[in-house]
Amino acid sequence: MNIVVLVKQVPDSGAERTLSPSDNTVERASANNVINEMDEYAIEEALKIKEEHGGEVTVLTMGPAGATESIRKALSMGPDKAVHISDDALHGSCAVATSKVLAEALKTLNADLIIAGAESTDGRVQVMPHMLAERLGIAALTGARKLTVDGSQLTVERQTDEGYEVVTAATPAVVSVWDTINEPRYPSFKGIMAAKKKPVQALALADLGISSDEVGTAGATSAVVEFSKRPPRSAGTKVTDEGDGGAQLVAYLATEKFV
Amino acid sequence: MAEVLVVVENGVKKVTLEMLTIARGLGDVSAVVFGEADTAKLGEYGASKVYAASGDDVDGYLVAPKAAVLADLVREKQPAAVLLASTQEGKEIAGRLAVKLDNGLLTDAVEVAADGTATQVVFAGSGIVKSKVTRGLPIVTIRPNSVTPSPSPVDAAVSSIEVNVADSDKLTKVVERVVEQKGSRPELTEAGIVVSGGRGVGNADNFKLVEELADLLGGAVGASRAAVDSGFYPHQFQVGQTGKTVSPQLYVALGISGAIQHRAGMQTSKTIVAVNKDAEAPIFELADYGVVGDLFKVVPQAADEIRKRK
Repeated sequence: MNIVVLVKQVPDSGAERTLSPSDNTVERASANNVINEMDEYAIEEALKIKEEHGGEVTVLTMGPAGATESIRKALSMGPDKAVHISDDALHGSCAVATSKVLAEALKTLNADLIIAGAESTDGRVQVMPHMLAERLGIAALTGARKLTVDGSQLTVERQTDEGYEVVTAATPAVVSVWDTINEPRYPSFKGIMAAKKKPVQALALADLGISSDEVGTAGATSAVVEFSKRPPRSAGTKVTDEGDGGAQLVAYLATEKFV
Repeated sequence: MAEVLVVVENGVKKVTLEMLTIARGLGDVSAVVFGEADTAKLGEYGASKVYAASGDDVDGYLVAPKAAVLADLVREKQPAAVLLASTQEGKEIAGRLAVKLDNGLLTDAVEVAADGTATQVVFAGSGIVKSKVTRGLPIVTIRPNSVTPSPSPVDAAVSSIEVNVADSDKLTKVVERVVEQKGSRPELTEAGIVVSGGRGVGNADNFKLVEELADLLGGAVGASRAAVDSGFYPHQFQVGQTGKTVSPQLYVALGISGAIQHRAGMQTSKTIVAVNKDAEAPIFELADYGVVGDLFKVVPQAADEIRKRK
């Protein structure tokens, strides 16, 4: 099975994040940039399927030159190769334009299965898998906590608020995964060394037949008009339980009219 | 005034009423209902028209048919905006609709101004962004617990709309819908009160304590990632960066240290109270009221105290 995993580099969600004051895009230059956490689960799932059914795993990333670091990290887990779409004109692309670029790249890769994380920690928009399916005319099985591959038939347990839905489709398809689906492996030393030699194909917009005014800030379908920091919360009252902590807590809730 | 479409899935929820309330500031409100919905309730909150789409072509497949029906409706009615709920499915429909119409979209809005400018809380609740759709009409998903729903009764005129769904929208079949846990508790993202447990709760059995307090307060139960990863509570109740974002009136954190991963999902809550045995736990930095103590002593006492007051 030919599997493509979508990997996005994002600013570390454990550190302070901001928008660039010049153009209100995500500040990456000063951030600690890492693989989007959910994408590690997508990579793991792809590797498991390859181990069971054979095939090839390709990492696909759209991002600035610095995303190479995350691509190598992804490859160190075990995928065979990577494709890196990078072009200055892509800076500031909205989700709609991003889906156009990724879809064009995916057309060149002939994937049976495209696996993505359910959301990225920076935008948390959750739309990319369905946008790609829409553009490619293929099935989308999203929000998976379990994926079963039986020949060309895919079955997913899709996490919902009430429980789960069982959804099925035939390949080619896009699947997105939550962090409940598996436990991503750590790259081995051998894997890290091997990743340095794995092929990374570079693609620019011209290679995909997309003009620069369709993407980036120029072609964006939405724009941030204002960004401000939310004032941080401040600590309120802190009491130490000396036998009446529960009662004191309820007394506070009562003054706030919750009980 | 132009129409504003409000997409209603899986019945009328609190977020539906919030969307109707926001939509009234943008135009004449029409609800688009997939499946069943209480149309009287939609009218009570200002929907003068209800477009109903139902049948196997809508229900039996994942997301794509709903986006197709909506795209047809948008082309026909030329609405001023489309609002959807910021749920997994709401966002997915919005994404497909945006591609179909080559149109911008904004997700997780907590407010939409009359000119379509949406306010979004970003980066784990640390930033506020105002954004606009610059191509096409505003397609905006609304985060639950963003506004207080207010009624504005009208008579809702219900009409069925034709469902024309292509085979290419029927690629992903929904074979089964399984309800795993459904009690009388409110839905996590919509609840006015959320009581969450973390690693400090210790094991799955002890979560009964969290549930008991939640039930006494009429709230929903949440869990930190540490608690979910340890198998104490199911993933759909996870609050945080990789789980649900909640914004209730009251958030009660029990045995939760307050790592940034967790704060990302709850720090826009109006009031936060915490119980933790570690006086240095970061959760106390954002708690309006904190009790340093053993939750196995503090919580049962609090539960008894609430019963006494009832």
